Amino acid sequence: MFGASDTKRAEAESAAEGKAVASGSTGTTAPATTGSEGAVARRIEAREVNLYYGGFHAVENVTMTIEPNKVTALIGSSGCGKTTFLRSLNRMHELTPGASVKGEITLDGEDVYAAGVDPVRVRRMIGMVFQQPNPFPTMSIYDNVAAGLNLNASKVKKAQKDQIVERSLRGANLWEEVKDRLHKPGSGLSGGQQQRLCIARAIAVEPEVLLMDEPCSALDPVATLAVEDLIAELKSHYTIAIVTHNMQQAARASDMTAFFNLEESGKPGRLVEIGQTETIFTNPTQKATEDYVSGRFG
Amino acid sequence: MATISERPGGRLSGGILPSWAPYGVFAGSCALSAAVLAATGVFTIALMLVFGVVVACLAIYAWSRVVEGPRRALDRTVTMAIAAAFALAMIPLISLLYEVVKRGLPGLDWEFLTTDARGKIGGGGAAQALVGTLVITGVAVVISVPIGIMAAIYLTEYGTGRLRRALTFFVDVMTGIPSIVAGLFAYALFEIFLGPGIRLGVMGSLALSVLMIPIVIRSAEEVLKIVPNHLREAAFALGTPKWRTITKVVLPTAFAGLVTGVMIATARIIGETAPLLVTTGVVDTINTNPFEGRMQNLAVYAYNEYRSPGVMKQASYDRAWAAALVLIAIVMILNVLARFVYRRYKTEIR
Amino acid sequence: MAQVDTTTNAGQVLAAASGGRRRPGDRIFSNTAVIAAVTILALLAGVAIFLIAEGLPALTHDASELPGGKTFIDYVAPLAFGTVLAAAFAAIIAVPLAVATALFITHIAPGRVAMTLGYLVDLLAAIPSIVYGLWGIFVLGPAAVPVMKWLEEHFGWFPLFEGPASTTGRTMFVAGLVLAVMILPIVSAVAREVFAHTPRKLQEGAQALGATRWEMIRMTVLPFGKSSVISGAMLGLGRALGETMAVTIILSVSGIVTFNLISQANPSTIAANIALQFPESSGLAVNTLIATGLVLFAITLVTNMVARAIIARQQGGE
Repeated sequence: MFGASDTKRAEAESAAEGKAVASGSTGTTAPATTGSEGAVARRIEAREVNLYYGGFHAVENVTMTIEPNKVTALIGSSGCGKTTFLRSLNRMHELTPGASVKGEITLDGEDVYAAGVDPVRVRRMIGMVFQQPNPFPTMSIYDNVAAGLNLNASKVKKAQKDQIVERSLRGANLWEEVKDRLHKPGSGLSGGQQQRLCIARAIAVEPEVLLMDEPCSALDPVATLAVEDLIAELKSHYTIAIVTHNMQQAARASDMTAFFNLEESGKPGRLVEIGQTETIFTNPTQKATEDYVSGRFG
Repeated sequence: MATISERPGGRLSGGILPSWAPYGVFAGSCALSAAVLAATGVFTIALMLVFGVVVACLAIYAWSRVVEGPRRALDRTVTMAIAAAFALAMIPLISLLYEVVKRGLPGLDWEFLTTDARGKIGGGGAAQALVGTLVITGVAVVISVPIGIMAAIYLTEYGTGRLRRALTFFVDVMTGIPSIVAGLFAYALFEIFLGPGIRLGVMGSLALSVLMIPIVIRSAEEVLKIVPNHLREAAFALGTPKWRTITKVVLPTAFAGLVTGVMIATARIIGETAPLLVTTGVVDTINTNPFEGRMQNLAVYAYNEYRSPGVMKQASYDRAWAAALVLIAIVMILNVLARFVYRRYKTEIR
Repeated sequence: MAQVDTTTNAGQVLAAASGGRRRPGDRIFSNTAVIAAVTILALLAGVAIFLIAEGLPALTHDASELPGGKTFIDYVAPLAFGTVLAAAFAAIIAVPLAVATALFITHIAPGRVAMTLGYLVDLLAAIPSIVYGLWGIFVLGPAAVPVMKWLEEHFGWFPLFEGPASTTGRTMFVAGLVLAVMILPIVSAVAREVFAHTPRKLQEGAQALGATRWEMIRMTVLPFGKSSVISGAMLGLGRALGETMAVTIILSVSGIVTFNLISQANPSTIAANIALQFPESSGLAVNTLIATGLVLFAITLVTNMVARAIIARQQGGE
């Protein structure tokens, strides 16, 4: 994956190594696994998660694990609850008025919804990239990437910030394209560049987990491929869960796949099957899964 | 390269203030302020609240910062300050309504509303003012509504090119005319034809129309724009001529909104004093003819009772408040009625 | 009446509908609409013409014939000063409060309550100005006296609060406060509108980064709404500039030009001056007052134009 002839990737690799060396020293609770570079990535476990919008039962009884240093794809037809489930992982679901969560979601064993937990902290550790690129229009590219850091402005010196911004932009494969216009507004970029900017912004705060909600659906095929390549690189440092409509993308880019389905409209969405991507696509155990991946519906 | 992120030791749980914290802190701060003020002998409710809010903001910041961290503390403090600002904005409203009712109600009786002040030294009623308000406003509505709605129809259904752009621009200009300038205009207009010092009810109506027309146009335009195009197209496709489409389809669909807009515009201008001050004059007798002689109205009446009180000052002031109360009551009734009409009669557009 | 005429083709129907084949009904109606539009323009032209006609004598006649024996400029300048002073003071107080109330309603108060709170703030706009005037002089004025004393004691070195503090409350300070309350709902309504329309994806972007609510507001809502709030502030300023009754009743006028907000001696405003002088005036005095009205109109016109230009620029740039 890391071709030595590709300078961009080599830079990303060394940048990653730099991060790995540093983060090893923070003395946190034992991470679930360490990737080959010593990165700290975490495992998310969902146990009997039920999600509601007011009285409406949107997602029913999901139990699954999102493995560290792997890409887990959530697939399924529209409206079957994949995005709703994804958003419950970083406590974004509850921002919708009336929305509620039942069940248990843990980040390396710690309950994300426990009574003493500040959702703001959760969202710092579990980053999210959205379907529509959403760079802050009034901020420059630099400030966009540093937005998460600026929330902690008192602790970060300018030189350090410069370093982190560059590292994140390199990590998002955007550095070469914007390094000469860091202080221009983020809105001048193309769709694909904006999305990579959002990814840079998300990884600048070093989350443990990266959630991506159909990150490529608003992008053209070339930009899509660029983002997919990026995801493949990122997984060595992060745990990644990605919701996608595009089965080919799931097949290409993910290690694990979870298939969600809706029996009929009005009923809650369910997790039908989860497993190694290859297995899901070539030899699924559930009929519904097989029907979906072979294109019989969806 | 050191990491910089806020890693709370990897643990998600940290301190969190109890959910009653903001309210408790505020109550406590008020109690504390009250105690201190009472001890120093300068206790008033206003002072207690002011100090209470200040102390509460400081206290919640300190407490939250220790337990939850500086960012959360700032969030809580700002939230509390914003809530306090909102409460501050509500105080004049409450005070106003309370004072108007308290000071106006005693003087408000049947006699006040039904007898005029002719020949009654230091007393009498305000019937002439009430009647005057109704007549002057009524005429203003009669002038403004047809012109305003037709102009709005022009802007949304017919308008093209320069006339349309000019009209939109100048309606904007019209919304900014100070009310007294509108009054001066009406005066100037009539003075040229009827000589100086002229005072007529209809002059007031004209001045009010100048103020009312842009309001009617703006709200009617908005309502007409909301009527979806596919309704018009359906009518055209059936062979309906354009003008009938407007009168039979667009206007009925927008009807509730139009009526509401007119009522709200009426409520806005019914309390206008300045333009009437310079156009309609002051008189003690009931006059129902807008084209002849001076006409009293509630707003100018209230102003006069304050400015030139009779021998018994307080009685005049009482009458001023009573007239103010009647004015507010009419305005409130119009506003409530407008909302009611809208909700009851609006056509749901799918 | 709708006719279902199956022999007419769509082109003819559309042409008929758009006036290609002018039926009398269509012509009458559309002409009426155009007449209404023209009437309004004529009305506005009339306002300008009549006011200029009546106001001009004040500019052309000798200073000795004008009220107070001053030239027109000398007459109107202190009034213009007072007008702008009162309005500026009102805006400085009202705008931050309006932004706070708008934030409270759109982002802090729970949804069901928010609508009611919005109605309450809008209620402030429904109250007639004469009522504000009475409230200002009978209620707020006396209540403000201790506040003005306190300001004089602690901030007397600052030109605004030089004092000596009035004992009746009939000061620029109180008038400005009342004006602030009057324009608060205008600015708040504009701010609420724009804050509520902050794109969700921007707000969620900030939230997903782990921003607290205030941080999200600071990062997304406020920058998004900045120009609209500025233009709302200017609309409020325009309203305050033209406000008559509250100032007429509250201010104790001595005509001097001063920044001192809390003393007995205050400049008047153009509008209040007209309201006070007009009923007793005749001849050239009336012309003078009308000319000052024109000056006021010009000031509010410029303010409103700037406000609309700001909104247009933001909408164009989006």
